[in-house]
Amino acid sequence: MQWETVIGLEVHLQLATESKIFSGSPTTFGAEPNTQASAVDLAMPGMLPVLNEQAVHYAVKFGLGIGAQISKRSVFDRKNYFYPDLPKGYQISQFEAPIVGKGSFEILMEDGSSRTIGITRAHLEEDAGKSLHEDFNNHTGIDLNRAGTPLLEIVSEPDIRNAAEAVAYLKALHSLVTYLGISDGNMAEGSMRCDVNISLRPMGSTTLGTRAEIKNVNSFRFVEKAIHHEFQRQADILEEGGKITQETRLYDADRDETRSMRSKEVANDYRYFPEPDLLPVVIDDIYIESIRESLPELPADKRSRFTAQYGLGPYDANVLSDSRPLADYFEAVAGECGDAKIAANWVQVELLGQLNRAGGTIEKCPVSATALGQLISRILDNTISGKMAKQVFESMWKGEGDADEIIEARGLLQVSDTGAIDAIVNDVLSANAAQVQQYLDADEAKRKKLVGFFVGQVMKLSKGQANPQMVNELLAKKLI
Amino acid sequence: MHTKSVAQLVKGLRERQFSSVEVTRAYLDRIDALDSQYNSFITVDEAAALAAAGGADERLASGTANALTGIPIAHKDIFCTDGVRTSCGSRMLDNFVPPYDATVIQRFKSAGAVLLGKTNMDEFAMGSSNESSFYGPARNPWNTDLVPGGSSGGSAAAVAGLLAPAATGTDTGGSIRQPAAFCGITGLKPTYGRVSRLGIVAFASSLDQAGPMAHSAEDCAFLLNTMAGHDPLDSTSSTAATEDYCATLGDSLEGLRIGLPTEYFGEGLDVATGECINNALKELEAQGATLVEMSLPHSALTIPTYYIIAPAEASTNLARFDGVRYGYRCENPVDLHDLYSRTRQEGFGEEVKRRILVGTYALSAGYYDAYYKKAQQIRRLITQDFMHCFEQVDVIAGPTTPGPAFALGAKSNDPTSMYLEDVYTLAVNLAGLPGMSLPAGFVEGKPVGLQLIGRHFSEARLLNVAHRFQQATDWHLRTPDSAKGGTL
Amino acid sequence: MRIEQDEIEKIAELSRIRISDEEIGQVTQRIAEILQMVDQLQAVDTHDVEPMANPLDATQRLRPDKVTQSNRRNAFQAIAPAVENGLYLVPKVIE
Repeated sequence: MQWETVIGLEVHLQLATESKIFSGSPTTFGAEPNTQASAVDLAMPGMLPVLNEQAVHYAVKFGLGIGAQISKRSVFDRKNYFYPDLPKGYQISQFEAPIVGKGSFEILMEDGSSRTIGITRAHLEEDAGKSLHEDFNNHTGIDLNRAGTPLLEIVSEPDIRNAAEAVAYLKALHSLVTYLGISDGNMAEGSMRCDVNISLRPMGSTTLGTRAEIKNVNSFRFVEKAIHHEFQRQADILEEGGKITQETRLYDADRDETRSMRSKEVANDYRYFPEPDLLPVVIDDIYIESIRESLPELPADKRSRFTAQYGLGPYDANVLSDSRPLADYFEAVAGECGDAKIAANWVQVELLGQLNRAGGTIEKCPVSATALGQLISRILDNTISGKMAKQVFESMWKGEGDADEIIEARGLLQVSDTGAIDAIVNDVLSANAAQVQQYLDADEAKRKKLVGFFVGQVMKLSKGQANPQMVNELLAKKLI
Repeated sequence: MHTKSVAQLVKGLRERQFSSVEVTRAYLDRIDALDSQYNSFITVDEAAALAAAGGADERLASGTANALTGIPIAHKDIFCTDGVRTSCGSRMLDNFVPPYDATVIQRFKSAGAVLLGKTNMDEFAMGSSNESSFYGPARNPWNTDLVPGGSSGGSAAAVAGLLAPAATGTDTGGSIRQPAAFCGITGLKPTYGRVSRLGIVAFASSLDQAGPMAHSAEDCAFLLNTMAGHDPLDSTSSTAATEDYCATLGDSLEGLRIGLPTEYFGEGLDVATGECINNALKELEAQGATLVEMSLPHSALTIPTYYIIAPAEASTNLARFDGVRYGYRCENPVDLHDLYSRTRQEGFGEEVKRRILVGTYALSAGYYDAYYKKAQQIRRLITQDFMHCFEQVDVIAGPTTPGPAFALGAKSNDPTSMYLEDVYTLAVNLAGLPGMSLPAGFVEGKPVGLQLIGRHFSEARLLNVAHRFQQATDWHLRTPDSAKGGTL
Repeated sequence: MRIEQDEIEKIAELSRIRISDEEIGQVTQRIAEILQMVDQLQAVDTHDVEPMANPLDATQRLRPDKVTQSNRRNAFQAIAPAVENGLYLVPKVIE
């Protein structure tokens, strides 16, 4: 049977606040265990939560970024369960009245098509600590540094149909939250974690099948692999006439499999009720509007602008608007050289290529946008060829100077002097009389191929400095 | 010295009639000599108390004294005290020495008060008799066969037995007012949010409130001046302005309208207790107050409402006691589940476990609407009753308890009948109102408490009414025979 | 409302409180009495009554996003039952 995959994602996003959501502890990643756990975070007796204003601000900012309803009155609830990384025995979360209601945003696929994914809700909650399972004489160690870090849990509608869409959704979400500056989005450090709800149904069916929840899938690649794996697992069961059990599963990246988390299966009854240590969070229109006014241009808007303003294709526009620093870089290069299409090409191919090889980030790129723009200008004004420019770029990357300095120092100026090129062309033609005759005997189609041979020889003799356009023109005149 | 009021002690210290070390020593000696009959203290650190008193004397000498400099105060063992064991009356916290102070303790320290010791209480403040304490029951100084009331029974007994000039308590359903009534002292539960809850081991977050317990309304006002005020670290702490609670103590009661809820004077009220209350009301009438009969129609529902809401909140507030970060941990747990379930089985007493179970049940899937949500709705109806009454009257008065103190053991095996003790006090917590109890007579040698209930943030008015009553009566000045022994 | 022993066992499990076989009967009976007492609430018409979670109609104050807490691990772990290398220890958790 043909199966359709139905996927909903729950993303836990750590908000980039200085202090925790309910205490004044720092949120820095990677500190010594329990050195960032205050009395509140440790749930010492008598300790009470006080809500961090920045967490509310960021949540509202996110809501506005996806055009969602912002609740003017939201309520925190207690979600009760026992676990060693949850010191109070309950997590403070939002259940019935989340701060962000329904919204949506558009994702763009590699083939240029786009889809709109619905957002059910987004709510504020506190992160748990970490259990370290290395062996401490058959004990588990608990580090509560992360406990109380603000999280925005973003719940999507089951609108996603395959792994590629799931990844595109996560990338778009990542792009949005980093644009908004509400999270560093660092998946390796757990700033963005994903639970995947996945079920299958016969193609064409409109009812939902039984789903499995795959917890904590923490990279784009793992999301893709986990979905592929889980699809296969569920399809195998269904093909054999079996039934899917609703359960929580864990993706094991080492084995590339998902497995049931039996420890979390013990009939959970979270006993949600309004957190009596906190009061309802009430915000007004003035507050919401002031945040709306502070919103930057968002990825989708930037993408459309790149298409309209620079004539870029949707894929290029998408890549270049992926992050604010990259988009800013591209626009600076385009502004410097005056040709956005060539700028787009250089940024995507040469610059991102080098960055990927070097494992660097655009913020720490050794070649400034102005410098790259100047280099491209030298192609445009025929000072050097595109091929030469790539060599110059490599030298610039190594810090050998700006484009003009390197061109000068290496004597790479393109030869556009008709007389000099004419001499070389004549040398080549006289040295290759046989090929000239062959050319003259050939039909129009073959001639096009053969002319390449002469161009190559001219470029070789000129050490690549001859202006290729002029070479072509001269050859065309002489080979008659 | 131990018969002096807080006001007199403050004056004497200022005038150098005696030193804080002398006062503190006197109370420590009395605790040493007499507390074996009351069991009112769980922890007394003599050396620390005397050191603090010494420091207070230096400040008194150098003229840098604050409102309560040098005054020894006993604190219910529910307030976290930096470096001093805070047990909350439970085996669970028998070994718990917090590295921080509750805001209330900090405020007393800033005001210069000396921490005399930590008083006995029902385990996690759950009880009306002090019998659920891990440290054994405190006893009533008027008759040590009687309970002192609870849960702040140790504080009440210590003040009544003249082992401390004043004490703090907490009140979730009557835990300041009921023991104050049983022990013949004055106790005030302020408006919810008036006093910070930070560092008070939580019982029921939306009901808990700390307040003063002393001989007189005037002394309570002295303490409240130090205790009350906004705490940015408690989200439910009120930002409403405080006032000088001593300033209006002497105001006239002329024109005061006092509401008498028929539900508080009907069936269930001990006849002799009722007579004491009526006599007290006559005194207030004599001072110019008008008595108005009125009704709180949902009164009969306060006990069931409270016994859903308080256990529900408690069941989750007490989830943090898991043997991992502090407090009791069972021996040799075989696995995580065993660690949790045996730590909590062994660390908590019967009443606490019972309330956790009831609260868990009330919040669990399928019962939430029928129990918890229903109780929250009825809580609003109960509150609205009071709001309607306060449109016509300034203060509501009635008995604090249905009768005087009962014998130790009389109700300890019957939780539902124990819960009836709180029938007149619970509604005040549900509605978040200020309430107080003051001595209003005796029944067969057992004190009777008059309860006053006011509008939100009307503590000054309640203290004023109580003070004027105490200017005309001497019930609050009586001393139990058991306290007459000892030194000085 | 009647409550059966197996329900008490379920709640005790949710509450992580072990109850011995000798105690369970009496615990069930006591709780049944309490539930019977609170059952009178069921008769009250609360249609359209807004639940009241907090006695004051106040709203949440927000705290500035500032770090105010410094590291006090030593003080906190001095009172912990079992710690090693700065970590709190619990019996091995299997996932």
